[in-house]
Amino acid sequence: MSTATPTLDAAPARAAPGQPLIEARDLVKTYTMGDMTVHALRGVSLEIAGGDFVAIMGASGSGKSTLMNILGCLDLPTSGEYRLAGEEVEGLAQDALASIRNRRIGFVFQQFNLLPRTSALENVELPMVYAGVKAAQRHAKALAALQRVGLGERGDHTPSELSGGQQQRVAIARALVNNPQLILADEPTGALDSKTSEDIMRLLTELNAQGMTVVIVTHETDIAAWARRKIVFRDGLIVEDVRQPGRLEKSGKLESDPNLSAQGAAR
Amino acid sequence: MNFFAPFRIALRALAANTLRSILTMLGIIIGVAAVITMIAVGSGATQRVQEQMKGLGSNIMLVIPGGITAGGVRLGAQTGQGLTEEDALAIAREVPEVQVAAPSSRTGAQVVAGNTNWSTSIFGSTNDYLEAREWPLSDGRSFDAADVQGSAKVAIIGQTVARELFGDADPLDQVIRVKKIPVTVIGVLSKKGQNSMGQDQDDVVIVPISTYRNRIQGGAGSKLKRIGSISVKVREGQSMKVAEDNIKELLRQRFKVQPGAEDPFAIRNLTEILQAQEASSRIMTLLLAAVAGISLIIGGIGIMNIMLVSVTERTREIGLRMAVGARGRDILAQFLIEAVTLSLIGGAIGVLLGAVATWGVGQFAGWQVSMSLGSIFLAAGFSAFVGVFFGFYPARRASKLLPIQALRYE
Repeated sequence: MSTATPTLDAAPARAAPGQPLIEARDLVKTYTMGDMTVHALRGVSLEIAGGDFVAIMGASGSGKSTLMNILGCLDLPTSGEYRLAGEEVEGLAQDALASIRNRRIGFVFQQFNLLPRTSALENVELPMVYAGVKAAQRHAKALAALQRVGLGERGDHTPSELSGGQQQRVAIARALVNNPQLILADEPTGALDSKTSEDIMRLLTELNAQGMTVVIVTHETDIAAWARRKIVFRDGLIVEDVRQPGRLEKSGKLESDPNLSAQGAAR
Repeated sequence: MNFFAPFRIALRALAANTLRSILTMLGIIIGVAAVITMIAVGSGATQRVQEQMKGLGSNIMLVIPGGITAGGVRLGAQTGQGLTEEDALAIAREVPEVQVAAPSSRTGAQVVAGNTNWSTSIFGSTNDYLEAREWPLSDGRSFDAADVQGSAKVAIIGQTVARELFGDADPLDQVIRVKKIPVTVIGVLSKKGQNSMGQDQDDVVIVPISTYRNRIQGGAGSKLKRIGSISVKVREGQSMKVAEDNIKELLRQRFKVQPGAEDPFAIRNLTEILQAQEASSRIMTLLLAAVAGISLIIGGIGIMNIMLVSVTERTREIGLRMAVGARGRDILAQFLIEAVTLSLIGGAIGVLLGAVATWGVGQFAGWQVSMSLGSIFLAAGFSAFVGVFFGFYPARRASKLLPIQALRYE
């Protein structure tokens, strides 16, 4: 089960089969606060295969968010190496990092981070605006992404007209619209009730089943239970790294879900 | 992304804080309205001077008696030995560039018609004066040879005098009393309007120079045929400079001036006087422009202030945009466009307000105003410049944010 990489279609520049999507070696991150030095990461090495579904756990201050930022090319490590899909990341300029985020990574945040007073459709179009996609194509792809998360009819709603779960679905549509290799979700259910959380996790699991690599950061055990690999952080180091059956696989729901198998067939 | 999309996005961001955006624009609105109004009033004044120059003719010179020096004290103009009617005749006869040279004298007097009276200027002159001033009659006739030779009791009056003395009645052939001398109105001048000093040029009564000399002026001056000034009109196509030099040469001979001594007369080129006035009105315009410029700068600082607030408020939005792939220059462009949109809308409102103010000044203060397309483009350009200039620093600050810090900003 561990490295079963599904066939990856349509995405540009996928890592070659067998090559990990994420290769991190000896990542160290230190912050200086006044005269105190905080060691957020103390030498973390990590490989994540394409198509995997990983949960990163740990208490606050354990370094999991710092790792997330580095994996998402939002931040650079103090030392160590990081390759994303074979591409060296450290030492790149801000503009180059922006380009990598735009092409390869989709972000999902705890607070959704949708633009206010802007329709769901335009929110989803945002990454394509910066990728230089033409308006008509942008529109069509954004609509398709919204349909993929089950919000095809809500394209013209603004965030304030949507429930929390719907907003997070819009954010997920935005994350996957540029067809990235990696979806990074930072506490994606942190602001949602348990029923809605389950819907969101189901959606992420579906996307993973369709070949998207998903990495979520959470401190909730039952959210982490949806993933197939669990990495636990403490004091800037990995203290646990285990494979586990994902929740849907365990319950056998993955195959029986009509919605999912329909989309699986479409793929 | 099409050309207008960024402006639409900027408009939406500005509309989120409508009142704040409007207050921010106020500085630009006032500045641009001031620029528009000031240019309209300034170019109106310039235009008026130019019209006067055209009305006056650019080929007019005025010869006036000069000052004399008595015991080391320099006395002002017209204290000298004075010009005479003969000097005027000599200029007309001997300087080939001169078309006409009209002698004239002037005094202020009360004129009476029936039971109304009016205080006005009395000019003694000839028909040449009207020709030199390019001033046609609207009614009646001009002086004939007999009038000028025989000190006839006739007068040509200006529009203002006609209105004040006779109202709507026909002034022709009416008798008016000038310094107790009854004279008959034979002609009415066409309307000339104000001169560059704001004097009403139509407030005038013109009598033949002989009539003025013998019946109105009296005293020693009349025997010497002294006159106040000579209005000279230079022929079309002839150089003013050459004409002026020739007149000067002729008069120096007639006055027997020693070489090296000062001229006992002065020649004024009216175009030069008007040009000097135009220059002073230009200085006024520049001063107003400085005031308008200062208010535009203040407006710009207002924009900068609000853009800085906006960047701080929207730090998370900036972080999100960066996370999904916006580069620094995308963020820079977004906030610059927002600042420019703000200042351009302010500029547009300012143009409207300026147009209304210009109309008001023209309507109620009675000033001549002239609003040009150029001033509108200038104002639009200036407000766009203000937007770019003062929007740049906040926009650059936004573009330099680090995505991770912007995203985590509380």
